[in-house]
Amino acid sequence: MEITREQVQHVARLARLELSDEELERMREQLSAILEAVGKVAELDLVDVEPTAHPLDLVNVLADDVPRPSLPREEALANAPDPEDGFFGVPAV
Amino acid sequence: MSAWETVIGLEIHAHLKTRTKMFCRCATGFGEPPNTLTCPVCLAHPGTLPVPNRTAVEWTIKLGLALGCEIAGRAVFHRKNYFYPDNPKGYQISQYDEPLCVDGRFVVPGEDGFEVGIVRAHLEEDAAKTVHLQGTGGRIVGATRSLVDFNRGGTPLVEIVTQPDLRSADDARRFLQLLRQTIVELGISDAEMEKGTLRCDANVSVRRPGEGYRTRWELKNMNSFSFIARGIDAAARAQIALHEAGEEVVQETYDYDADHDTLTPHRSKEEAEDYRYFPEPDLVPVEPDAAMVDRARAELPELPGMRIARHSEELGAGDAWTLVTTGRESKLDGLVAGGLDPRTAFNQVMNRDIPADPNWTELARVYAASGLTAGAVEAATAASADPGFTADEYLAQKAVSDTSELEPLIDRILAENPGQVAAYRGGKEGLIGFFVGQAMKETGGKANPKVLNELIREKLNA
Amino acid sequence: MTVDTLRLTAEAAAGLLDRGEVSAAELHDAYLAAIGERDGELHAYLRTLDEPNGEGVPIAFKDVVSTRGVETTAGSKILAGFEPVFDATVATRCYEHGLSLLGKTNMDEFAMGSSTENSAYGASHNPWDPSRVPGGSSGGSAAAVAGGLAPWALGSDTGGSIKQPAALCGIVGLRPTYGTVSRSGIVAFASSLDQVGPLTKTVRDCALLYRIIAGRDPCDSTTVELPAPVELPEGTDLEGLRVGVPRQLNEAEGIEPGVKAAVDAAIQLCEQLGASVGECELPLSVEYGMPCYYLIAPAEASSNLARYDGVRYGYRAPVEGGLTELYERTRHDGFGDEPKRRIMLGTYALSAGYYDAFYGQAQKVRTIIGQEFRAVLQDFDVLVSPTSPTVAFPLGARTANPLAMYLSDLLAIPPNMAGLPGLSIPCGLAEGLPVGLQLIGPQFSENLLFRVGHALEQAIGFDSVPERLR
Repeated sequence: MEITREQVQHVARLARLELSDEELERMREQLSAILEAVGKVAELDLVDVEPTAHPLDLVNVLADDVPRPSLPREEALANAPDPEDGFFGVPAV
Repeated sequence: MSAWETVIGLEIHAHLKTRTKMFCRCATGFGEPPNTLTCPVCLAHPGTLPVPNRTAVEWTIKLGLALGCEIAGRAVFHRKNYFYPDNPKGYQISQYDEPLCVDGRFVVPGEDGFEVGIVRAHLEEDAAKTVHLQGTGGRIVGATRSLVDFNRGGTPLVEIVTQPDLRSADDARRFLQLLRQTIVELGISDAEMEKGTLRCDANVSVRRPGEGYRTRWELKNMNSFSFIARGIDAAARAQIALHEAGEEVVQETYDYDADHDTLTPHRSKEEAEDYRYFPEPDLVPVEPDAAMVDRARAELPELPGMRIARHSEELGAGDAWTLVTTGRESKLDGLVAGGLDPRTAFNQVMNRDIPADPNWTELARVYAASGLTAGAVEAATAASADPGFTADEYLAQKAVSDTSELEPLIDRILAENPGQVAAYRGGKEGLIGFFVGQAMKETGGKANPKVLNELIREKLNA
Repeated sequence: MTVDTLRLTAEAAAGLLDRGEVSAAELHDAYLAAIGERDGELHAYLRTLDEPNGEGVPIAFKDVVSTRGVETTAGSKILAGFEPVFDATVATRCYEHGLSLLGKTNMDEFAMGSSTENSAYGASHNPWDPSRVPGGSSGGSAAAVAGGLAPWALGSDTGGSIKQPAALCGIVGLRPTYGTVSRSGIVAFASSLDQVGPLTKTVRDCALLYRIIAGRDPCDSTTVELPAPVELPEGTDLEGLRVGVPRQLNEAEGIEPGVKAAVDAAIQLCEQLGASVGECELPLSVEYGMPCYYLIAPAEASSNLARYDGVRYGYRAPVEGGLTELYERTRHDGFGDEPKRRIMLGTYALSAGYYDAFYGQAQKVRTIIGQEFRAVLQDFDVLVSPTSPTVAFPLGARTANPLAMYLSDLLAIPPNMAGLPGLSIPCGLAEGLPVGLQLIGPQFSENLLFRVGHALEQAIGFDSVPERLR
């Protein structure tokens, strides 16, 4: 199932993945082949079949509204690439 | 303007004031130092998993019932996928096509009352807070840097979506006022727009009466009821102008700038975001059983809308609205229980500062009596919560209504103030207040102001 | 005493410790010594701990398991240097039982792969033949156990990532019933498929470790209590057992003759041990299992990997521009090719206009697969097949073509789609390389799988020490 360069670019944008021209073309080829293989699922007529979102029939797993200790701030920021004054720093939107 | 009908739907978010966040057990809080109410889950560390807050689910069900909704037999959490620094997982856990509550209705009572359909109420988690810093280097450029505080991230939010049943900015304001009060009385949220615990976006379009729906605009970033009303009006005006000029109204999102009464396009994007909703695989469905729903229903108090309707029988719709929405109701109820008629009780509670826990029966006796001095009623009100308070001593303080006592006094005051008399007779009718005031002063507040007024007027007009 | 780490089972090690014949520190040192000797060649480990942190049997964790204060990378550059601030629940449970962490093992990046060649830190090598892959994505854990560098290890299995490397390395691997082992602290790949499980030398060791880690975790809403306690297997017969041989799993295209022969021999052995054996059909599960998996898993992964954005932890690309550039460059630099492919595939499968045909349809196929397996498991207690169509393949043999690599899991994937447990035990050699037998049972049938696996293991007598290391 061939997908176009534009489609790949659109998906890459949604996924926030930078792709060079070369990477884009390689990705397009590989995705086309993979989509061809997985697109097989469309062969089956499953109009009346319910989807399975979970392997188990669990429902109503809820927790009591009782607080647990939060992380000390140093730990919360321990792995932060750009901490500032207790905040996580990022470039502006 | 009268040839056009405004069509408004609202999207309201309220912070639930649970003790912990929606999907982790960090305490919720406001105004704490940044990033002190976080954990690996709400920071979206690798390998972390959400666990839903039972109280948040129960309160959403309660709210749904209060909005006349049907509680879903099966409710599912979905992932809403998008990238933003305040959205640490890169998706928000929300609800999509299987929300907790659907198909309700909310009645705004009154002669000009109306009903608003509630499409749905669902549960989701709030985003974190981002602070945008200005550029450095002496120039005021756009923000170059942002700082993120995850304390708020993960707080439970209930989202309410209405049908586009509102027809004016004022309707929207009244609806929001009553909705807010309902939410607060349920005990599930403080719902304050200034604090950000209540947020409201509006979807606005216009049409000729009888038509189908035309294109709408989404309005965001209005943080008071009056700004929302003004934003709606601004949007309606702008759309009418476009339609009348034969131009197209394009579906857009706007921020309403209250300072300049303008609509500015919301953050511009080349393409609309595709949220790629799918059922949250880390969570299992919620299937509220009859017991859970019945328990929630049993906890519902008599809601403000119903109480307004009830009080309307005695007070009329307008006064009933004022009574219930200004929080004076319990005082009226106290006086009525104490034996006072509702109309008199209404006038008293709206105009006086009645203390908490007075002796209602005795206070009712004071208010029921006629001809007491103003001072006596005030003093009685102030003392009504004191132990052993009775009406008796105040009932004795009748205002002087005896014209034979008052006439000489009035004659003297008129004689002493010829200038004002002349001015009054020359047309300055407002000066009656001056004479009444003087007489009240001379009688130490004991004259009956109504009688005074009549007598003074008679004499002045003679 | 000298510890023969190549032969020592966890059960035996526990015995040595109990009897005071060896101390935890001595045991730890013995494994470090073995690692020093052989891991240069095998590259099973990403890092090791110098000191034991428990008094019990040492264990290795796949680097997908969060370990507090110990670097956890999930085989990716995007988490280079990342030190979790909490332990995964399975780690805590191991520590509570006194198990002592030896180190973190190599893996395909974000558990995406079947050979460890997708690791950002270099591939691991098969102890049976270092020019070949150990399988993946838990290849490091499998190589460590097979190579005598750990008595047992934890791995994770989404599309066969415990079973297949166990088969390729000649050891035992259990992919548990979905929901019986906590995923809290496990770097997520595909949430509705990921499960942590044991890689061990023997079936009894497997049961021992499963017993330690299994059971409901309040931190993971998708877990349940085990309906019955885990039993250590003892019997050596299969009397009264009905063994099913699904035709599509056993005759799939690409199964090597040597693999088929070893598995057929094991099936005959089942009969000799008293089981009744019969053929059965899984008409759609094998043909549509892979496409189903390669839609659902990447879709969930595309969402699970969105958090790797350079904002709160992990690698952040140095950029001049704004936020979008930061996201795009960080993820471009930090992710390898396979995660990128799967993120793209998954994003596409969920995107507007494609959801129904791809992700939506795949979730329905999943229902069909579940129904097919449940149907045959009415007539049979356990199903058997090869775990992998081939023995260990040479490094580099499948890296040029993603689809060729995906086919490694053709046989392991279908039961996973149904949430079923699978135990892989070595059943023989083909061309001198181990062949794995996959045992599939209903949900919560681990005790049955252990019983069957143990009986076969005893009867087969496979020597799990690689020939070249004996």
